[in-house]
Amino acid sequence: MANFLDNETLQHVSKQFDNELLDVHSRILRMGGLVQEQVGLAVRALSEGDTELAEQVIADDYKINSMEVSIDEECTQILARRQPTARDLRLVVASIKAITDLERIGDEAKRIARHAVDMAAHFPKRNQFTDLAHLGAHAGGMLRDSLDAFARMDVEQALRVVQEDKMVNSEYEGIMRQQLTYMMEDPRSIPVSLSIMWSARSLERIGDRSCNICEYVIYYVKGKDIRHIKLEEVEKDLRG
Amino acid sequence: MKPSLNMKTPLTHGVDISALGRKIGQDAPSRADICLAVQNLKLFYGDKLALKSIDLEIPRKRVTAFIGPSGCGKSTLLRCFNRMNDLIDSVTIEGTILLDGHSILHPAVNVADLRRRVGMVFQKPNPFPKSIYENVTYGLRIQGVNNRRLLDEIVERSLKRAALWDEVKDRLHDSAMGLSGGQQQRLVIARAIAIEPEVILLDEPASALDPISTLKIEELIYELKANYTIVIVTHNMQQAARVSDYTAFMYMGELIEFGPTDRLFTTPAKKQTEDYITGRYG
Repeated sequence: MANFLDNETLQHVSKQFDNELLDVHSRILRMGGLVQEQVGLAVRALSEGDTELAEQVIADDYKINSMEVSIDEECTQILARRQPTARDLRLVVASIKAITDLERIGDEAKRIARHAVDMAAHFPKRNQFTDLAHLGAHAGGMLRDSLDAFARMDVEQALRVVQEDKMVNSEYEGIMRQQLTYMMEDPRSIPVSLSIMWSARSLERIGDRSCNICEYVIYYVKGKDIRHIKLEEVEKDLRG
Repeated sequence: MKPSLNMKTPLTHGVDISALGRKIGQDAPSRADICLAVQNLKLFYGDKLALKSIDLEIPRKRVTAFIGPSGCGKSTLLRCFNRMNDLIDSVTIEGTILLDGHSILHPAVNVADLRRRVGMVFQKPNPFPKSIYENVTYGLRIQGVNNRRLLDEIVERSLKRAALWDEVKDRLHDSAMGLSGGQQQRLVIARAIAIEPEVILLDEPASALDPISTLKIEELIYELKANYTIVIVTHNMQQAARVSDYTAFMYMGELIEFGPTDRLFTTPAKKQTEDYITGRYG
């Protein structure tokens, strides 16, 4: 991935400060890579009924948690020692927020993996997972693109990810309606359907949190806080 | 594509920010609130142009900070406000400075009267080698105030406003030279406010002080803005960010950017400002 920090950001009189910001940014991308992998494996474990893989995802969650704590600590040190302003301040604030969302995405992956383990006991039919796998690919794609936007601090890419969220939401609603129908038709399907619904919910949340990361990208580049504002209004404002 | 952003129209989340009483995203205060207006001001040291067409409006009863690298003209501009530059022979000034709408650069202006309205405090505390009491009453005595009770009242009020009263009330007639640097600086501020100026100019008022004394001065500045218009020159950007409502960034004799401090330190509009406040200037 191209690194935005190569150009303008790295021009501080204090080269050590440059290195600290560069380090935070690249560690977030490493953390993002790990989170992305966990989400992918969790969805695979679920749709293939692979409990061993699911257990592995659950066991590996601690890595994400410890990365969050250590990046958080580094950001606190930068705030205390450098008192960053303007773009630097926005980078540190955006970083602190982004790692919180990444850690939560990691938790969602763990949750999906738990459902994969639970469901295995009920011997679900594999075709029940087609839509969920599709939603998983979509939400995972949003996560990948949001990390890409964060890596390059690319506003246009960030806006594209935010737009995607509507589609993920409607896929999620589709799965909910479908599972509700299954449950009404055959109460024996309730345990599996509930797990699918909870997993779909987790994937939908992953989409939301990917959007949050994109909002931080826009905050960093433009200095604009676009949270809780309609997408049309944001686009109008950012594109002039 | 490079989207352009108008920083003056921030997204407001649908909230009517005018109702919040805080001037969010509003760059210029309304005209009636202007205390000092600088219009097309040029200042020469001999042939050298030190201030290049400065236009600036300083709001009343607010703290305005001037920041910028050494030699950018911020102290020179500050000294224009009570005509301290008159003391330097080689200085010529063009343009206009209005205090409450009246020109202060006109030759007919009584400079002593101007300096009574626009007080100044310097980097190094400069108390007179007299008692604390006499330091505070010095300006009043020159004005012919001799009523002892009135002087006592003003001394107490001024020292209280300068947050020094509790520390010196039992030794008002001791020499001011026995005070610590921080106390001396607050005494000088008490001396400045004893004559009830409208504007207080502070030229690096805390740069010779330790961190706690600095915080006391900053707290004092915050208290004083209820009654006075304050203009402060500082090299310490964190100080400017902490104490001021508005910040002006100057560079090479030019005013690069002027705006509300909370905006200037998070989302400056000009790249030069950003480079300076983030430490990329060099």
